[in-house]
Amino acid sequence: MPVTTTKPTSEAVAAGVPPRRRRRWKGATPYLLILPAVLLELLIHIVPMIVGIWMSFIQLTQFFIANWSQAPSAGLGNYKIAVDFSSPIGRALLHSFTVSCLYTLIVVGLAWLFGMSAAAVLQHGFRGRGGLRTLFLVPYALPIYAGVITWSFMFQRDNGLVNHVLVSNLHLLNDPPFWLIGNNAFVSMAVVALWRSWPFAFLMIMAGMQSIPDEVYQAAAVDGAGIWQQLRYITLGMLRPVNVVLVLMLFLWTFNDFNTPFVLFGPTPPQSADLISIHIYDNSFVNWNFGLGSAMSVLLLLFLLVVTGAYLLVTNRRSRRA
Amino acid sequence: MKARLISTVVTVIAVSATAACGGGGTSTSSSSSGSSKTLTYWASNQGTSLENDKVVLAPELAKFQQQTGVKVNLQVIGWPDLLNKILGATTSGQGPDVLNIGNTWAASLQATGAFMPFDSTALTAIGGQDKFVPTAFATGGALGKAPTSVPLYGLVYGLYYNKKMFADAGLKPPTTWQELQAAATKLTDPTKKQYGMVLEGGSYTESVHFAFIFGRQNGGQPFDSSGKATFTSDGMVNGVKQYVDLVGKDKVVNPSDVQYKNGPEAPGDFAKGKAAMLMSQNNADNTLQADGMKSTEYGVVPIPAPSPLPAAGKDVASFVAGINLSIFKNTKNQDAALKFVNFMTSPAEQAILDKPFTALPVIKGGTVNFTDNLAEANAFAQVLATKAEPLPLIPAESAFETNVGNAVNGLLAQAATGKDVSTSDIKAALQQAQDQMAAAG
Repeated sequence: MPVTTTKPTSEAVAAGVPPRRRRRWKGATPYLLILPAVLLELLIHIVPMIVGIWMSFIQLTQFFIANWSQAPSAGLGNYKIAVDFSSPIGRALLHSFTVSCLYTLIVVGLAWLFGMSAAAVLQHGFRGRGGLRTLFLVPYALPIYAGVITWSFMFQRDNGLVNHVLVSNLHLLNDPPFWLIGNNAFVSMAVVALWRSWPFAFLMIMAGMQSIPDEVYQAAAVDGAGIWQQLRYITLGMLRPVNVVLVLMLFLWTFNDFNTPFVLFGPTPPQSADLISIHIYDNSFVNWNFGLGSAMSVLLLLFLLVVTGAYLLVTNRRSRRA
Repeated sequence: MKARLISTVVTVIAVSATAACGGGGTSTSSSSSGSSKTLTYWASNQGTSLENDKVVLAPELAKFQQQTGVKVNLQVIGWPDLLNKILGATTSGQGPDVLNIGNTWAASLQATGAFMPFDSTALTAIGGQDKFVPTAFATGGALGKAPTSVPLYGLVYGLYYNKKMFADAGLKPPTTWQELQAAATKLTDPTKKQYGMVLEGGSYTESVHFAFIFGRQNGGQPFDSSGKATFTSDGMVNGVKQYVDLVGKDKVVNPSDVQYKNGPEAPGDFAKGKAAMLMSQNNADNTLQADGMKSTEYGVVPIPAPSPLPAAGKDVASFVAGINLSIFKNTKNQDAALKFVNFMTSPAEQAILDKPFTALPVIKGGTVNFTDNLAEANAFAQVLATKAEPLPLIPAESAFETNVGNAVNGLLAQAATGKDVSTSDIKAALQQAQDQMAAAG
């Protein structure tokens, strides 16, 4: 808590109010102003998190969901089951974790690349730039459910657009493949997620590029820098703060993605597309074991905290050095 | 000084915030309990659509209000959401007063303790246990405990076949599994996009039902007498193989079927003549007729078993399926809720509702009235009377459904993508389901 000023303010003196009282209220004002926000934050974020952590230490199975307080303590039991990688549940969690990592790597990498490329192309004015920008942002503006359900129709085996193009029009394949089961499910899911998340990368990078003055490019051009050197040293260099935040946000969203697999595949996705969020959901709801599901959630939270912390530490240190 | 002021303000606001919450809560509950003239009822989707259910139930609920003065707020909930919504209501304690459940969940939901047990007083209030058909009443909960649900609509599986397609091919409805395979093979012609059989291969509930039915035919049991899971017994594995082979080895099913969930697709394919046979519960009549198929155009026989029956196998053609009614324990209107259950299971209402919902009677003296096709009515009545067994009435039943059902879905998907699904593949998948259940237990 900051120390309030000790000098009586001139207006307090002028108003003839005892300075001490007035000062005390002035000091409290900022806290009072943020108080509703703090309370709501507690209510909406912190309390559910604490409840979740508490749930992970009790045996909240079907026998106790109607009466939580009766649930016996599980100690670290739920965590032991979750990380025992020799048991089927631990193995499945590890598998799901691997799938999520791969998915995140591909989706974030490509989303950033697509966004960067599109923003670089649209950086300098030309006819129709506004139209293209709007077009690129459409996937981001669509409601998630509407977008993903449309993809799921397109991926249908018999009547889907994808197979119609691949098999009937282009004759690339003889037998229409399944896109929503088996290993192809992973590809479909990654394509949909990429379609949905790259416009955000595009938007952020485009905004960042607005702040790079044209003079810098002109000066570089005068000094003989080619287009690639300009991109490498000026654009990327000056976009660094934007990229640091952007990649982190994309990482967190993609790693925790629930909507895409849930809308594409329903509550139990195929093995190849078993992302961690939906895997936890399955363990809670399908097996009615909310304690175990919570333990997995807490582990996920810890993992994301560690990754985010390390990422910020590394990027901050580098930018200080630079 | 200042710290104290802030903490005072925090406390005041926190208290007033909780008071506000409490006030809100009280006012809502008092409005419902004060009048005690309103019930919330969650109905499952029995008609052709959620809207259709509302249309069917509305006049009956109005009748109930006229008789008792109790208004019923109806919510119709689709099958994919129903179990989750019930779990949510169980966990939060904020649920409806009366609700429909799939009868196979009865024992699992009973174990949560969220439902009101129908003790002898409650049973008397709804007209006594003796009014129900005993096999249907037995699905109300675990053996030896007061049931937490009572039967509402009866359902069983049957084999629907397209009469014209069978007649054109010179076939008779199958009485053994081998005949079914032969007929299905003969009626399959992928070039014409016509298949012998259509499945809902993306639905875990269908998959687990057939794992159970065919497992029983092959002499398996999902649980032994002590309640221990025995999914990997030879009988269960062979039963699952019998089902998965329809897609894999027999190739009498359109591989795309493995993406069909509970919905209009599979009955639709059957109604349009894209498939000659459909294994479904009797409420398929609704969808078939909505798709333009007349009740004279299809026949129904019990799902056949292999001949000769494998060792310890039983000629099981269905489990005792159906919808049960439960009352939430924390209802404020128990009397009204009991009156409502009594009303819904009264002979008059049963006769009215069985027709649009194509259900079998669950009370004694009821007749199959949802079809004018007498042979169909007899076939379903025969299945329920002689060839149906209840699914295991144990708390782990729900976990059995989801784990084994999803495992079988996975196997069907492998078969559809051209993999040869062997007995050992099936055993491994079922073992994994069993291990997961045991570890999560």
